Amino acid sequence: MTIAILALQGAFAEHAAMLDRLGVNHFEIRQLSDLGRPFDGLILPGGESTVIGRLLHELKLYEPLKDRIRAGLPVFGTCAGLILLAGEVRGGAMHFGTMDICARRNAYGRQLGSFRTEADFRGIGDVPMTFIRAPYIESVSGDAEILAQTGGHIVAARQGNQLVTAFHPELDRDTRIHSYFIKLAAEHASAPQS
Amino acid sequence: MQQENRYELNKQLAQMLKGGVIMDVTTPEQAQIAEEAGACAVMALERIPADIRAAGGVSRMSDPKMIKGIQNAVSIPVMAKCRIGHFVEAQILEAIEIDYIDESEVLSPADDRYHIDKTQFKVPFVCGARDLGEALRRIAEGASMIRTKGEPGTGDVVQAVRHMRAMNAEIRRVQNLREDELFEAAKQLEVPVELLRYVHAEGRLPVVNFAAGGVATPADAALMMQLGAEGVFVGSGIFKSGNPAKRAAAIVQAVTNYTDAGLLAELSEDLGEAMVGINEQEIALLMAERGK
Repeated sequence: MTIAILALQGAFAEHAAMLDRLGVNHFEIRQLSDLGRPFDGLILPGGESTVIGRLLHELKLYEPLKDRIRAGLPVFGTCAGLILLAGEVRGGAMHFGTMDICARRNAYGRQLGSFRTEADFRGIGDVPMTFIRAPYIESVSGDAEILAQTGGHIVAARQGNQLVTAFHPELDRDTRIHSYFIKLAAEHASAPQS
Repeated sequence: MQQENRYELNKQLAQMLKGGVIMDVTTPEQAQIAEEAGACAVMALERIPADIRAAGGVSRMSDPKMIKGIQNAVSIPVMAKCRIGHFVEAQILEAIEIDYIDESEVLSPADDRYHIDKTQFKVPFVCGARDLGEALRRIAEGASMIRTKGEPGTGDVVQAVRHMRAMNAEIRRVQNLREDELFEAAKQLEVPVELLRYVHAEGRLPVVNFAAGGVATPADAALMMQLGAEGVFVGSGIFKSGNPAKRAAAIVQAVTNYTDAGLLAELSEDLGEAMVGINEQEIALLMAERGK
């Protein structure tokens, strides 16, 4: 099991530290040649979606990654990563757009609106949730399902092999959401290819 | 408890900026150029450091109306500078919900003895430092992000390099001390021993550390990254150059792929004129000497 972490900008090192804690192999994707290495899942970290979106195009990573995500590559997006996957984005541009969710950027306002809380994550229980200038999900459609809500807003969702959280599990000590993703990636890796 | 939580959230915002470029802008139009070029945040100020340097006189916090104009123009975090020790300018910046305050030596210091007690604020602060002692003193006062001072507005990277090397050399030295030697080291550095214990154990500052001051080219930015910076501030270097949008985008890419010399060569091509710059020896005013 090897996980690739998109390392163009943002909190990618925090995801790497989380995977180290779980004993999972990982490497960074910074340019096209990095896609030559085999990997079973992809993490899209927090950061600024405008920056990461632009670099995806400039470094010619956009099309190949979008193709792989569409083909079923397990992918986990946190915060800016959620924006990258959302099929509809309010207050910003659409990027991969592979998930049937509508996301609102900077939904809680500026840094003074950042907060930490705990709430139920379906199948896991209460988890810590750190929101930094975070988005939330206004609505899901198609076969996208809601995994967590807090304060009346959807903050985690899944559609097939795509998992997103508006908050940052990589900033807390709790490894359960990363484990959830690793399990998803392992199931995909062991499933017979159709 | 609430305050501690706020400090964690403020350190974490800096973590989201890592691997990015924070650009000085003076107008909403420049802010949009910076955002489109891939800035992870902008620093709103009335005059960029090179012009502050040229104009001389007392340099203060920018007009809040001008800062709000920039906040409305972009979706990325907006930072603004207050004078060292001027806690009322900081209160004003907090009132307009700035995302980060830079208590900056680029402006004229308002207090030649005390920095702002940053623990009293909800919004985060970034502060400049030339060495480990300055960095940890600012963190003790509540800074949730550090940048090298460098020498702003010069287009000369020499001081940013000196400050980054000094800080990292001292961190390595502290790592190699015995635990019972940390008390004396804390005394010498004039910093709290708890913060030094963190450096001893982790081999890094307890907050994110960016490079700033004199960065003018993609090569300068990559140099600072290879020396251990976690991201880069670019001030006068962009909007004092011939083709700001292109140079800004090239510096953004250079920070992501800072070890790929082939790509850095491509990025350095055809950028037009760089800012002219002033050499260290020609500077009349050393801003890095402000606020120790």
